[in-house]
Amino acid sequence: MRGIMAIFKKEIIITFSSPIFYAATFVFLVVCGYFFYTNAILYTIRSFQAGQNPFLAERLNLNDFVVKPFFGDMAIVLLLMLPLLTMRSYAEEKKTGTIELLFTYPISDGAALAGKFAAAVFTLLAMLLGTLMHLILLQTFAHLDWGLIASGYLGILLVGASFIAVGTFTSSLTENQIIAAVLSFGAFLLFWIIGWAKSFAGPTLGLILEHLSIVVHLDSFVKGLIDSRDLVFYLLFIFFWLFVTLRFLSTRFWRG
Amino acid sequence: MIIAENLTKTYGLKLAVQNVSFRIEKGEIVGFLGPNGAGKTTILRILTCFLQPTAGKILVDGLNGQTHSLEVRRKIGFLPETVPLYDELTVKQFLAFSGTIKGLSGKPLNGEIDRVISGCGLAEHRARRIKHLSKGLKQRVGLAQALINNPPIVILDEPTTGLDPAQIVEVRKLIKDLAGQRTVLLSTHILPEVSQVCERVIIVNQGRVVAEDTPSHLTGQLQKGLRTILQVDGPPAEVRVKLESLQGVTRVVPSHRGGEILVESAADESLRPLIAKTVVESGWGLKEMRTSDLSLEDVFVQLVTEEGKD
Repeated sequence: MRGIMAIFKKEIIITFSSPIFYAATFVFLVVCGYFFYTNAILYTIRSFQAGQNPFLAERLNLNDFVVKPFFGDMAIVLLLMLPLLTMRSYAEEKKTGTIELLFTYPISDGAALAGKFAAAVFTLLAMLLGTLMHLILLQTFAHLDWGLIASGYLGILLVGASFIAVGTFTSSLTENQIIAAVLSFGAFLLFWIIGWAKSFAGPTLGLILEHLSIVVHLDSFVKGLIDSRDLVFYLLFIFFWLFVTLRFLSTRFWRG
Repeated sequence: MIIAENLTKTYGLKLAVQNVSFRIEKGEIVGFLGPNGAGKTTILRILTCFLQPTAGKILVDGLNGQTHSLEVRRKIGFLPETVPLYDELTVKQFLAFSGTIKGLSGKPLNGEIDRVISGCGLAEHRARRIKHLSKGLKQRVGLAQALINNPPIVILDEPTTGLDPAQIVEVRKLIKDLAGQRTVLLSTHILPEVSQVCERVIIVNQGRVVAEDTPSHLTGQLQKGLRTILQVDGPPAEVRVKLESLQGVTRVVPSHRGGEILVESAADESLRPLIAKTVVESGWGLKEMRTSDLSLEDVFVQLVTEEGKD
């Protein structure tokens, strides 16, 4: 446990002293802010229209029109930004040779990985915290459903952690950070769109592919519904990729 | 303390280490000597559980590195060849990181950090980021992380490469100070380092141990006779012919190092007066006469080239 904390602390210091984190977080917040702003503007326009249309006014709801889409938008921006945060994980240690320290210190590969993963999730939390200000601002002149928001954030956190698990794996494959980032980006995208094949893949395969898709499982969280099936999917997804990372790291013994 | 039995390591089809066996006792300073690419680093990496051997095993304090990796790693402080460090951390943060992973916390951790920082002469630099340190200072930080938590075994892979002469002397002194209660394994291709620092030498070439002894024994063993160096005021060709004609002289090398003549002969002490007498009686001036021992450098070259012949 102490070893995990040491790795965690080290990763946090390195991440927060690197310009990549600040650039990625800056872009993430700006783009998320833009999405939020356009949603809010759209909502304002609709509200004016609703003045003449009572039917529309009935359906108009801030949570449906601004809050829910915001989580979907956030997931898209994370898809683009997280590879930049995970690419460093093992690739840089390989490049600079510090992996030799990590693998000869008395700490198991699993504990080191746990520390790295926890640090990346913590970094993600810090990024997400920045988006909370939009909602707090909105709360000052409207009533928001905070249960829904909490469930949405949990979903985003799980999607982000899944991306981090894949990104950590691709980072363990190479000492080149760019390659790690490209591989993880490709993998994220694939897991994002894999469900689209449902329409032509046949009933069984289509269902499997749809369930493999990362965003499909986010839907219920955004609707304020925490379904144990979705929760299990994300946890399994994360553990699977962390497990594969560990297996790959142990190949060093015979590859040299 | 450390026993290696028939270690073999292959990278794909390339044989890096072949049937290497050695023993290192507690408290010894052992030098691991070999040309670049001889397999030193591979052996050290197996010792530190970074790699696993293709065949054979290593026992550290009776524990097998393959099955008790963490226990073995706990006993070893390791400075890899490239001195990898986390550049973004400060010296103190980095040592706290190493110390915590090695099982320290709270007061003992701070005590150990202070001890290695002052031991390695880093007191003024503790709050500096590692990326801003000079190469020599980085080397000391590397040494400090190997020494934190006082491991019984310290393994240093070429610890003085790339340092300036003053720093080299300092680092060697640090290593010598480690002797006594700790076992030190030092890999190097710098020969004077070995004769200055180490009590025993293991010479590796092409993945095999070619010799293993104390530096003085090694030079003694390979020295197949007496070596005498002369400075003679006389025609070199004639001097050479005359000296070669003496009984017991095996080889005469004229112009050995700026006008000196090297005479190799059987190990017979009575030959020296005879050589002196011959020179003087021929009417030449004998300016200087001294004996010369093989340096470790000569031993090394001899062993490595002999090895290359088969």
